Amino acid sequence: MIDINITVVDRQGISHEITAPTDMNMNLMEIVKSNELAPEGTIGVCGGMVMCASCQCYVDSDHQLPEISDDEDAMLSEAFNVRTTSRLGCQIQMNPGMDGLKVELAPES
Amino acid sequence: MIKTDILIIGAGPTGLFTVFEAGLLKLKCHLIDALPLPGGQCSEIYPKKPIYDIPAFPEILAGDLVDNLMKQIEPFQPGFTLGERAQTIEALEDGSFIVTTSKGTKHQAPVVAIAGGLGSFEPRKPPIESIEKFEGNGVEYIIRDPEFYRSKKVVISGGGDSALDWCIFLSDVADSVTLVHRRNEFRGALDSVEKVQELKNIGKIEIITPAEVVALKGKSKVEGVVINREDQDIIVECDHFIPLFGLSPKLGPIADWGLEIEKNAIKVDNALDYQTNIPGIYAIGDVNTYPGKLKLILCGFHEATLMCQSAYKRIFPDKRFVMKYTTVGGVQGFDGSKKEAPKAVIKAII
Repeated sequence: MIDINITVVDRQGISHEITAPTDMNMNLMEIVKSNELAPEGTIGVCGGMVMCASCQCYVDSDHQLPEISDDEDAMLSEAFNVRTTSRLGCQIQMNPGMDGLKVELAPES
Repeated sequence: MIKTDILIIGAGPTGLFTVFEAGLLKLKCHLIDALPLPGGQCSEIYPKKPIYDIPAFPEILAGDLVDNLMKQIEPFQPGFTLGERAQTIEALEDGSFIVTTSKGTKHQAPVVAIAGGLGSFEPRKPPIESIEKFEGNGVEYIIRDPEFYRSKKVVISGGGDSALDWCIFLSDVADSVTLVHRRNEFRGALDSVEKVQELKNIGKIEIITPAEVVALKGKSKVEGVVINREDQDIIVECDHFIPLFGLSPKLGPIADWGLEIEKNAIKVDNALDYQTNIPGIYAIGDVNTYPGKLKLILCGFHEATLMCQSAYKRIFPDKRFVMKYTTVGGVQGFDGSKKEAPKAVIKAII
């Protein structure tokens, strides 16, 4: 089992250092939910099906992230408060390459 | 006034299956849902997605699951109030409740089962300063009557089917239609995208991309919008601004019913019957919470089943009852239909 360390800045601006497993098929949205860094019902509303943008986050580190799929791109095109660094947390899988990842949660919408 | 035994709020899979379990106990159900069709998230968000954890279905599309549930509950003739959101609840002295919808439809029942999932689907509102002030005064999130826009100047924001379809429709009704989208690309049916392109070419609609409406102009009514395109502000005069950014679920008015809420969900007694802190009001499926809660359809089915047994005891406190297997008792519909296992033939062979 390999755990990685990531940093998540919540919607109140508070920074959290988190340990995330890489062998549980978890994505960033699920890591945020499991650590209760955003209230239930305000993140991962669609369950991770790329059908809402409630897990939008801003990636503040220069990690090699998976390419944005058409579905994710479409969701981001209609999300609010979008920046050039915006991604959907449900599309970022936790793997050893994500060690040191730093993200900020976008405001609730 | 619509009267029933169990009033179910939310016509998603859990709400629909409640009708079946209640029907086995001869209890009649009526469902209320804010969406125009039954199925909840399964129909609204992911009808074409396969679900793999419904027992005995190795794989089933969410839309098919809803179709099957509708077929399964058909013999129990449930009533539906669709396209209306459950707004208020009033407890009567006889222990029953009156639930009134956003359109004023009243329902009375001795038992209310809230199977509201993540809440009712409401339009997503763009984060524009003081947009609330203009709601109903030129800002509309839903187009109820296209005639309302006749000879008016309209700005629509969004890049999906809804924005495209209304642009096409209103181009024949409104004085002017401007479509604003953050990208140059539109995510909609190819036909619609091509039609919008054609209307743009002949000057019937104006498209401003990649751009965003960032502010509204006007004193008490909308008089114009400020559109930011590549860091330049453009002011477009208009009578109406219609943001069409899809729907997102919100717990809504249920949160004000005096129910104990925790983590955006309704707290229930899972040791017993999924009743809330108000006797006679139950919460089942994704809308409830208790230690160890999992938001799974199969858990909603289980909760609905136990809840119906408790509801029966509440409605008929003096009647004795024992759970019957459908393999033994069959299914007797309120429509006179009867399903039962074929009887074995016993005949002597001479």
